[in-house]
Amino acid sequence: MTLTIIRNADDLSARYDIAIVGAGPAGMAAATECARLGLAVVVFDENAEAGGQIYRAIERNTRAGRPYLGSDYGRGAGLWAAFCATAASHVPSAAVWSLEQQGEGAAALAELRVSVAGRSRIVLARRVVLATGATERPMPVRGWTLPGVMSVGAAQIALKASALLPEGPVVLTGSGPLLYLYADQVLAAGGTIDAILETTPRRNWLRAAPHVFSFLASPYAWKGLGLMLRVRRAVRVFRAVTALEITGKDRADGVTFMAGGKTVSLPARSVFLHQGVIPHANLANAAGCALAWNDRQKCFAPVVDGEGRSTRPAIFIAGDGNGIAGAVVAEFDGRIAGIAAGLEVLGAGSSEASRRFVRLRKRALRGRAFIDLAYQPALSFRAPAAGDVVACRCEEVSVGAIREAAALGVAGPNQLKTMLRCGMGPCQGRMCAATVTELLADAQQRHPADVGTYRLRPPIKPVPLCEIAALPHTSEAVYAVTGGHSGH
Amino acid sequence: MFRKIENPKDLVTIVVDGRELEVDATASVAAALLGAGMATVRRSVVTDQPRGPYCLMGICFECLVTIDGVQNRQACMVPVRDGMTISSQRGARTTQGGGR
Ligand SMILES: Cc1cc2nc3c(=O)[nH]c(=O)nc-3n(C[C@H](O)[C@H](O)[C@H](O)COP(=O)(O)OP(=O)(O)OC[C@H]3O[C@@H](n4cnc5c(N)ncnc54)[C@H](O)[C@@H]3O)c2cc1C
Ligand code: FES
Repeated sequence: MTLTIIRNADDLSARYDIAIVGAGPAGMAAATECARLGLAVVVFDENAEAGGQIYRAIERNTRAGRPYLGSDYGRGAGLWAAFCATAASHVPSAAVWSLEQQGEGAAALAELRVSVAGRSRIVLARRVVLATGATERPMPVRGWTLPGVMSVGAAQIALKASALLPEGPVVLTGSGPLLYLYADQVLAAGGTIDAILETTPRRNWLRAAPHVFSFLASPYAWKGLGLMLRVRRAVRVFRAVTALEITGKDRADGVTFMAGGKTVSLPARSVFLHQGVIPHANLANAAGCALAWNDRQKCFAPVVDGEGRSTRPAIFIAGDGNGIAGAVVAEFDGRIAGIAAGLEVLGAGSSEASRRFVRLRKRALRGRAFIDLAYQPALSFRAPAAGDVVACRCEEVSVGAIREAAALGVAGPNQLKTMLRCGMGPCQGRMCAATVTELLADAQQRHPADVGTYRLRPPIKPVPLCEIAALPHTSEAVYAVTGGHSGH
Repeated sequence: MFRKIENPKDLVTIVVDGRELEVDATASVAAALLGAGMATVRRSVVTDQPRGPYCLMGICFECLVTIDGVQNRQACMVPVRDGMTISSQRGARTTQGGGR
């Protein structure tokens, strides 16, 4: 058996047993398990290659060719090989832009709309597994829209996928393990990092301390510690940084910040920001799956049961897309959700394999609470005070405008959209939703769970109108738009 | 704003705002532009500020360029192809007749 690669909308079947969105660790593992059950499986990913975020470019990268990517990256090769040995279909460069559930209960069906090579198709599946992963939490600071400023994840993608090292002076700033992981990879590849500005508040360590033993028992601890020591020997590190701002007129040329009671300015041509990752739940949100606020991770995440079932019976959610837990947990999560979804299609009971994956997932989750609390970004970087900082990059809405609307008593993110247009640009709130929730909560002294987040509607990625128009439409839809009954 | 640390196996030629560039055949359009020293790929729609790729993973839509005549393509999600024509964007988009 080998994986079938589909590059054309015409080559898709109209119906599959299982559709999976995302070919990262969770999606590849889910597909492998479903294919083992003998089901017809299709995997869509908008990337040109399988691997997701952590194992990006796994189809091309070898340990020998790019050793600086490290041993955690190496785990992806086996996962990808197993996926390639299944009878599933992989559709690369395929953006799923709409998901709806039809019918209820066991008979429910998922209806996906997907754009492949400039054409859209409707695909039906008995069950869908969303393995859409995470995005980096926005880090709105003055100057973050300047060219020369990118996210740390972006810089890492440039290294993994294209062997690109940043031009100096290079400054990394924010909080979270990815700062040190990327710095270590750059140093191993022969590059330079000039400074790391940690914005993690000092008191985080106190709050994380009760979880330290479970952290020390996890594989993260020693690997992470070694990595941090290596990086600290080679790079100037500033701790508990506040009042960060990126300077420059048409591109970034420096950073200014407070550390140790002093104002510091450094030159910089490449500035990379990162303050953790949050679930990329746009598709789940638009499909009507319930979301809940996770106060430890400071983000909304879809509500799922222990096997990845969302509040919509045809929709399962696995991996970082249902809460941040990292690549190894994502893989087990994908296996568990894949088996559960597959067994529902087959009308079969429980599985011994699944119980084993539940145990492995539990073990892999050790240390997560410590990491969440130790690296929780400061409120001043999640909901900035400075009015002139851009919050919504697409529609260029400032923090000040949002705080003003909050003072006027705006009811929530959805009303804010109609007042200020924030969240209505092409990124559809991906870059501002987290900030908007926390700004309203901070300004109105409400709980973020209460404030809520944008209610999204398909298409969740912009699609050319001609692609939507070319899809089959119901006669009611045609009548609603044209007033006539002439079909499409 | 980046430099390549490997010699690419295959090269393709793309045309960026009228200028020919030889780039790594495995790159995305955004990676090719960044590798060629271009940090700015468009001006923002509301206040005309310079912008460039921010996330490289299809999230931020800061890398929007016109590729082979189609506006608002995400440069970070589109692999380069030999002969591809890319232009940076300024101002609001216009409607295009006749499909794409
Ligand atoms: C930029 C970035 C870099 C990271 N680097 C590391 C690292 O080096 N080490 C580490 O341990 N962790 C890293 N992480 C954390 C990472 O989220 C997890 O380790 C792991 O990748 C999660 O696996 P996943 O399968 O849940 O999702 P992912 O691996 O993120 O895969 C999700 C996939 O879904 C696809 N997708 C999403 N929406 C759609 C849609 N609508 N249509 C089609 N396809 C879609 C995406 O293209 C993506 O390929 C990183 C996260 C980010 C955001
Ligand atoms: S760089 Fe963010 S969408 Fe392309």
